[in-house]
Amino acid sequence: MGEHVVFMLQLIITGIAVGGVYSLMALGFVLIFKASAVVNFGPGELVLFGAYVSWATILPMKLPLYVALPITLGVAILLGLVIERGVLRPLIGEPIISVIMVTFGVASVIRGVLNMTWGSDTRPFPVLFSQEPFHLGPVPVSPVHLWSFVGVLVLLAGFSIFFKYSLTGMAMRATADNQQVAQSLGVSVKRVFALSWCVATVVSTLGGIILGSVRGGVDFSLADLGLKVFPVVILGGLDSVAGAIIGGVLIGVLENLSGGYLDPVLGGGVKEVAPFVVLVIILMLRPYGLFGKVEIERV
Amino acid sequence: MQCGGFRISYRGDERIFDTAVPIVGIVLVLAVLAVVPYHATTYWLDVMNRIGIAIIGAIGLNILVGYTGQISIGHAAFLAVGAYATAILEINAGLPFYLAIPLAALITAGFGLIFGIPSLRLKGLYLAIATLAAHFIATYGIIHWERLTNGVLGLMVPTATVFGIPLDSDARVFYLIFALVIPATFFAKNLFRTRVGRAFIAIRDRDVAAGVMGVSLYRYKLLAFVISSAYAGVAGGLMAHHSRIIFPDAFSLLVAIDYLAMIIIGGLGSILGCIFGAIFMTLLPEVLKLGATSLTGVYPNAFGVIASARDIVFGFAVIFFLMYEPLGLARIWVRIRSYWKLWPYAY
Repeated sequence: MGEHVVFMLQLIITGIAVGGVYSLMALGFVLIFKASAVVNFGPGELVLFGAYVSWATILPMKLPLYVALPITLGVAILLGLVIERGVLRPLIGEPIISVIMVTFGVASVIRGVLNMTWGSDTRPFPVLFSQEPFHLGPVPVSPVHLWSFVGVLVLLAGFSIFFKYSLTGMAMRATADNQQVAQSLGVSVKRVFALSWCVATVVSTLGGIILGSVRGGVDFSLADLGLKVFPVVILGGLDSVAGAIIGGVLIGVLENLSGGYLDPVLGGGVKEVAPFVVLVIILMLRPYGLFGKVEIERV
Repeated sequence: MQCGGFRISYRGDERIFDTAVPIVGIVLVLAVLAVVPYHATTYWLDVMNRIGIAIIGAIGLNILVGYTGQISIGHAAFLAVGAYATAILEINAGLPFYLAIPLAALITAGFGLIFGIPSLRLKGLYLAIATLAAHFIATYGIIHWERLTNGVLGLMVPTATVFGIPLDSDARVFYLIFALVIPATFFAKNLFRTRVGRAFIAIRDRDVAAGVMGVSLYRYKLLAFVISSAYAGVAGGLMAHHSRIIFPDAFSLLVAIDYLAMIIIGGLGSILGCIFGAIFMTLLPEVLKLGATSLTGVYPNAFGVIASARDIVFGFAVIFFLMYEPLGLARIWVRIRSYWKLWPYAY
């Protein structure tokens, strides 16, 4: 196989691995949007929160992973509840600008609290997987990427089963489908709103842990990655779970390929901007994305 | 004595000032502003200059978001274009600032026109996301068009001169800034008494209804983007002259969020609110700094946590205003004013 092909395959594999994390974040985003029509403009801060709390429980507190992980997730669920109950519920039915700004406000508070508690230095993240790359055919793959992708797959499979078979999952889908009908069938819509925030904080936290171990450290630049959620959800369709998952992988691959091939030509930074260029193009041509419900209002 | 808002003629209804009190108030404020540079310390002059710039920028954003209802998270990009256009025109073309700033406003307006094109097809949330993407694309352009913008290193802006007087001190820049703040405020205030301004408000309240009434959505939405970005262009140009050095990091997404917070805390759809919001958001970090200075005796690390304290207070302020006072400080002001207007015969 030529060197070219190996290079491309390597870019694609890394892209899929990173894209898996985008899928997780986008899943949280889409769930919130589907359930309560709230757009979370601070997805990065939720990821940051997860990464920092898991770092704090594993390294400074020296808890073993099987204790640290449940504690981290418990804290994440608590955060989801606080945000939903305290901030977003009172704003149900308010104009979009209010809801957008309030999520910026929440993100700012989270960032401030994290910064105040742990400072802004880069924290080494515990090495969960070996760094030694192995060969998948001719392509070198680092185990971190492989495991993160496996982790994402397991999580996504778990969530699919949860949504398909559990009563709570069905209630959440029903609410997303039609709030009034769900309510008349005895689904507690309030509970579903709270739950969707909890699920979102949990998946973002897991995304944070995975990203932390992929990058080998956590710092505040993780939050910027959270904004990649927007290209993902617009590509996949704002209200489509399947779209979030596929969109995440697509955007991950796309940014890696564009970075790999266009950076030498255009002089760096293409990786950061390419997803947003795609976003604008999709918004102009097909605003409901690949799998979203076609109900956008044209003006 | 006035004891209520009675309007018996159309002229009376269109008046900006109901009574003489606000006119006297404005004259007093202007008089104070005129003498401030002789008495204020450099530190407070710097703060006031930043407030002045923020007022112009916030009015621009409020015209777009608060009056026309087009949500934009790309205001920082407009400011950046204004600042860079001013700097580049002065450095490369050697223009004096009094030509460079208006030209920069025009360039930014053209940029806003392009920025506004998605608004013709998208609204609400989708428009917000589109402007977010546009922000990143614009920032990428600024960082990578190195021949003009010098990339991440930024540009040094030459000192402006008027009639041979260099505007090299904060006091002199103060006059430049406020000489623009005042007409900018009055222009915006009057804009909403004209056909154009009313059309903006109609689009905000119900775009379909506005279209049915004969308001060309196409024209007026783009016009809102143009006016808004022209304001941002002026504000950006002043930023360049105030801080003398501009670099891409000074126009991050956080700046756009700050401006959105200004108009929300100040009051959406209120010119007075822009002024309040600009003052609030500029003073917030300064007040925290003063607090930290007085706390260093008890808690030596106080300065280290200012940045995070600012984030927390900022976040809570935004949440608080959205939940309890969605119309912002301007609404509180109106309440206080009408209390005194009718005192002692309220109700």
